[in-house]
Amino acid sequence: MADLPLPPPDPQFVLRGTQSAVHALHFCGGAQGQGCPLLLSGSLRGLVHIWSLQTRRVVATLDGHGGQCVTWLQTLPQGPQLLSQGRDLKLCLWDLAEGRNTVVDSVHLESVGFCRGSILAGGQSRWMLAVPGSGSDEVQILEMPSKTSVCSLKPEAGTRPGMPMCLQLWQANSSPRPLLLAGYEDGSVALWDVSEQKVCSRIACHTEPVMGLDVDSQKARGVSGSAEKVLAVWSVDEQQALQVRRTHQLTNPGIADIKIRPDRKILATAGWDHRVRVFLWQTMKPLAVLAFHSATVHCVAFAADSLLAAGSGDHRISIWSLYPHT
Amino acid sequence: MVPPREVSPHCPPRPPEDVLPRRKVPYLRCAFRQPRAQPLKRGQCDQGTEPVARGYRAERRSTCPRTYTLHPSVAEVPAVATASLQRLRPRGEQGPASGRAARLHPRSGMDPVLSAVRLSVQEAVHVLSSSEDGGHIFSTLGSLKRYLGETENPALPEEQEEFARIHFPTVLRCLVRRLRPGWLELLPNRQLEQLWASFFLTGPADQAFLVLMEAIEDVAGPSFRLMKMARLLARFLSTGRMAAVLEGQCRQQAEPAFPLLQATLLAKVVSLPDRLGNRLQRENLAEFLPQNYFPLLGEEVLRVLQGVVDSLRGGSDCSVSFLSQVLGKACVLGRQKEILGTLVPRLTVLTQSHCLWQRVCWRLVERVPDRAMEAVLTGLVEAAPGPRVLSRLLGNLVTKSKKAQFVMTRKLLLLRFSCTIPVLQSLLGYLAEDSQRRPLLVQALKELLETWGSSSAIRHTPLAQQSYISKATLICLAHLQEAELRDCRAELLASLMAGVKCRLDSSLPPVRRLGMIVAEVASARIHPEGPPLRFQYEEDDLTREMLALAAPWPVTDSPSEAGPPVAPIRGEAPDNETTASGGPQAQPEGSDSELDSDDEFVPYDMSGDTELKCGKAPAYVRDCVEALTASEDWERWEAALRALEGLVFRSPAATREVSVELAKVLLHLEEKTAVAGFEGLRQRALVAVTVTDPARVAEYLTAQFYALNYSLRQRMDILDVLALAAQELSWPGRLGKAQRTSLGPSPQPSSTAAPAWQAVVEERIQSKTRRFSKGSAGRGPAAVPNEFNAVAGYFFFPLIQRFDKPLVTFDLLGEDQLVLGRLAHTLGALVYLAENTSVAVPMGKALLEFVWVLRFHGDGYVRRGLLSAISAVLLSLPAERLLADLPDELLETRSWLADVAVKDPDEDCRLLAVKALLLLEKLRDKLLALSSP
Repeated sequence: MADLPLPPPDPQFVLRGTQSAVHALHFCGGAQGQGCPLLLSGSLRGLVHIWSLQTRRVVATLDGHGGQCVTWLQTLPQGPQLLSQGRDLKLCLWDLAEGRNTVVDSVHLESVGFCRGSILAGGQSRWMLAVPGSGSDEVQILEMPSKTSVCSLKPEAGTRPGMPMCLQLWQANSSPRPLLLAGYEDGSVALWDVSEQKVCSRIACHTEPVMGLDVDSQKARGVSGSAEKVLAVWSVDEQQALQVRRTHQLTNPGIADIKIRPDRKILATAGWDHRVRVFLWQTMKPLAVLAFHSATVHCVAFAADSLLAAGSGDHRISIWSLYPHT
Repeated sequence: MVPPREVSPHCPPRPPEDVLPRRKVPYLRCAFRQPRAQPLKRGQCDQGTEPVARGYRAERRSTCPRTYTLHPSVAEVPAVATASLQRLRPRGEQGPASGRAARLHPRSGMDPVLSAVRLSVQEAVHVLSSSEDGGHIFSTLGSLKRYLGETENPALPEEQEEFARIHFPTVLRCLVRRLRPGWLELLPNRQLEQLWASFFLTGPADQAFLVLMEAIEDVAGPSFRLMKMARLLARFLSTGRMAAVLEGQCRQQAEPAFPLLQATLLAKVVSLPDRLGNRLQRENLAEFLPQNYFPLLGEEVLRVLQGVVDSLRGGSDCSVSFLSQVLGKACVLGRQKEILGTLVPRLTVLTQSHCLWQRVCWRLVERVPDRAMEAVLTGLVEAAPGPRVLSRLLGNLVTKSKKAQFVMTRKLLLLRFSCTIPVLQSLLGYLAEDSQRRPLLVQALKELLETWGSSSAIRHTPLAQQSYISKATLICLAHLQEAELRDCRAELLASLMAGVKCRLDSSLPPVRRLGMIVAEVASARIHPEGPPLRFQYEEDDLTREMLALAAPWPVTDSPSEAGPPVAPIRGEAPDNETTASGGPQAQPEGSDSELDSDDEFVPYDMSGDTELKCGKAPAYVRDCVEALTASEDWERWEAALRALEGLVFRSPAATREVSVELAKVLLHLEEKTAVAGFEGLRQRALVAVTVTDPARVAEYLTAQFYALNYSLRQRMDILDVLALAAQELSWPGRLGKAQRTSLGPSPQPSSTAAPAWQAVVEERIQSKTRRFSKGSAGRGPAAVPNEFNAVAGYFFFPLIQRFDKPLVTFDLLGEDQLVLGRLAHTLGALVYLAENTSVAVPMGKALLEFVWVLRFHGDGYVRRGLLSAISAVLLSLPAERLLADLPDELLETRSWLADVAVKDPDEDCRLLAVKALLLLEKLRDKLLALSSP
């Protein structure tokens, strides 16, 4: 078709009022609880804001990290409980049920880096948590809610991958064994077998630190972004070996976060160049470049109903509705 | 025989060259008439001058009030005289020496046959002029027809000859005179009319033509006879009798033709459309319109030429000089397109194969009289499709005829500049075609380059002519070979270098551009061993055209007829294709075999996805100053430059603290890295600083304008910045808005692009809504005080004060005229922007004085600046103040403007002067309107 392409879309709405840079975003589906969808955002000043997507106002503000940056937010599938990771070396578990906002539990962390944690919860009461460990290149696996340390994943003596930068716990369809994907400072992505505490496979797909990765568990395929201008798409085969499928060149360097939409159709990247890029996950075809923010975009998140949120250093959270489900 | 009539003594004076000396005619007449039976009296001899008077009268009627009119009753006498005049020129069929032969022939004495012819003709004429009996007239005409030799029992050849020579015009005139409505209907079936017409259409063509023209011109107004005669003339033309007329003049070659008759015939043939148009007015026939007549004349000329060629093949001589004269006269009348438009294509074909045709064609052009040569050559050069054709048509005409040489090598090249480029190419190509003509081409090149390089020509000729001469020079160079150029290298280089210097000094960009292009090409051709000259100029249509002209011409023997060779451009095309086709093949990779249903995922426009650069922009004006002066980090330097304008506008107070320092930094800023739009960024930043702190920065900048150690570029930047800042101060927001929208992506998303449905709804609402009072739809810009008022003096007076004090490095009145022109423009703009301010009147006064000093400046750009400054003064100063304070200046200016509007060589100057004059007129009208009530 010779039609001109559509002009880039505008955000559906913009949330202001965090009064500091937004570093973490998480949608909390409205299936349970109050029934209305919520957006959680963590700010540089250590506050967690809970936004109602209906009224587009802050419902509650949680202050539990002593003014230190909140880097990761995650709700648990069972019950309205929220995990928040801050740079005050604390991981807090909040109880949000019935309007409460109290810290139920907290875990002391050893690492001061920006590495976000990851959980694996199969609906049971016990769930697995991966956080950066005490050694600079370690990843610690905890069993929650008992907070017992299962193991600590240390790279082999010869390899020096540097600090872990991003983690993703993951369970393949084929086997029940929990796996961990970890992006390291040297630009490599490693696949750990958690139970055996060994590296199944490792690929050096970047030359700069890996800043974000996400994995499509059904297709055993994942994507990672780093401080450089390249996105790498890799896959995990039956022998649990990583393999680079393709790379995609970007205009500007620096990816802060990558998320694949829950329906695995599209993915979004948060760029240091203030832009959010949207790709078709199947083919990595670029779909849109969302240039709205005026500072680095730190995080992106997808809701179950395909809303996209992006939080940026300009104190704003933009909400987009792209290619909604039909 | 009708008694001889008295000849009016008031024959008007005759033009000396066209007419035989008066004494000679009777002498000749007597000599011819003597052997004849009827002794001629003196008075009859004088009749011989009658056609002289007639022919002359026909041509000079409009200018000579005392015309000689013909009395109808004695019309035969002049007719006989014309006929006897015919005897003075030998007829074609009589062969060479026919005049003398006729004189010595025994029959030319008292021949009973001839007197029988005369008697029968006299009788017939009598019958024709008196009888009303159709049958009688018919039989009489039939008997006369015998002498034309087309009936079954024609008269004897000598009788026919005698009739054609002497009596034919008499009969024709008689026939014309009898023509009236009833007469032709005397016999049924238009028998009489056909017979009547056949006399004109089959008899000797030149006689018939002359009588027809004469009859038509003698008719006073529109009438039956006039229309009949006009139709007959149209038939005459359409049956190809004009060729017979022309051919008759080509056949005589032994004795010089009787020049007067030829001149008359020539005049009538060529001016036929005019004469018929004058006579017939609105009833004119299509055949006589010039656009139809001249192509027909061309066809007839061609037919005659065909006859000439045939008879040359047959071994008999012919003359084409009458045809040349016809051609020349038609061209002089400005009918080149019509007549040559039919001739040239046919001649192009005919001359291609036959060298006889070529010779005839050359002769045809050679015999064109000198005064018509220019018209004919111009027409031929324009009509010929290429140099080769031109060469075939003209031969070595330029080496034979001085006039032709002048026209071809000087007039068309140096004096006129109306030819199109193909015409110029065929003209110069013609000169280059033959070795005899090539010296002329070299000479032409020398003269062209000399003109091209003359500083006076550069200053005083219009730009169109300069570009024409430049193009001609390039074409010449393309035609000449190295050896030829080497012989006169020194001379050519001298004029070239002088020209390059003058042209590069010029303040008009097109003149400089011409200088650069010609210098590059010419130096490469004239001095190929030397280091090549290279100039930086922008490519545009003109440069491409000129460089294409400079492509060397194949020297000889190229079969292509027209046009320069088209340079093959597809050298690399195959490579490109292979790489292009090779590209996609590398693409396919192990893609997922799963179904790709990305139809719903239509990509958005991603053209805005560009490299991000504003990472390191300083946040304060002082930081910018520091970054611009000291920073070795080029990204920061560039970011500082980009951010500066916005910062200055955002924090005026901070800017004022460092304004002069900042202006200094910006003025001296050099483009150290390749920054896109560096000039614009720097200029906008400077303008912003000047607007923020006008008094001090303007003071600084104007002082720097006359300081040492600045380049011309910097000085002109100062002028531009001052003008732009003044504009911003006087109309705030105008500049800023335009620029800020163009600066990068806007902070707000593109909400301006309303969806289509919204526009539709809006439109529907508008059309359905009735409004009772409309008012002004768009509110005008909010009124703000003119901030320029307070500071205009800082901008203006320091600039105008010191222009006449030369510095070591900067001499406005000397060679830095470009800056002077810019200064004049800037001063004009400042005065214009100071409209309605209190300081405008002294400013205008100073500016008028400035203009008065410089009004005869030699440079066109400076004069343009002065003229626009005058217009600015007239626009911005109040009319009453102008008249009260500056009446003398206005008067002087007015007379100067009137002078410029007429005499200035520069077109823009003339236009500006006219505009300024109009403003003056308007001013006067306004004042009159004020004072009258």
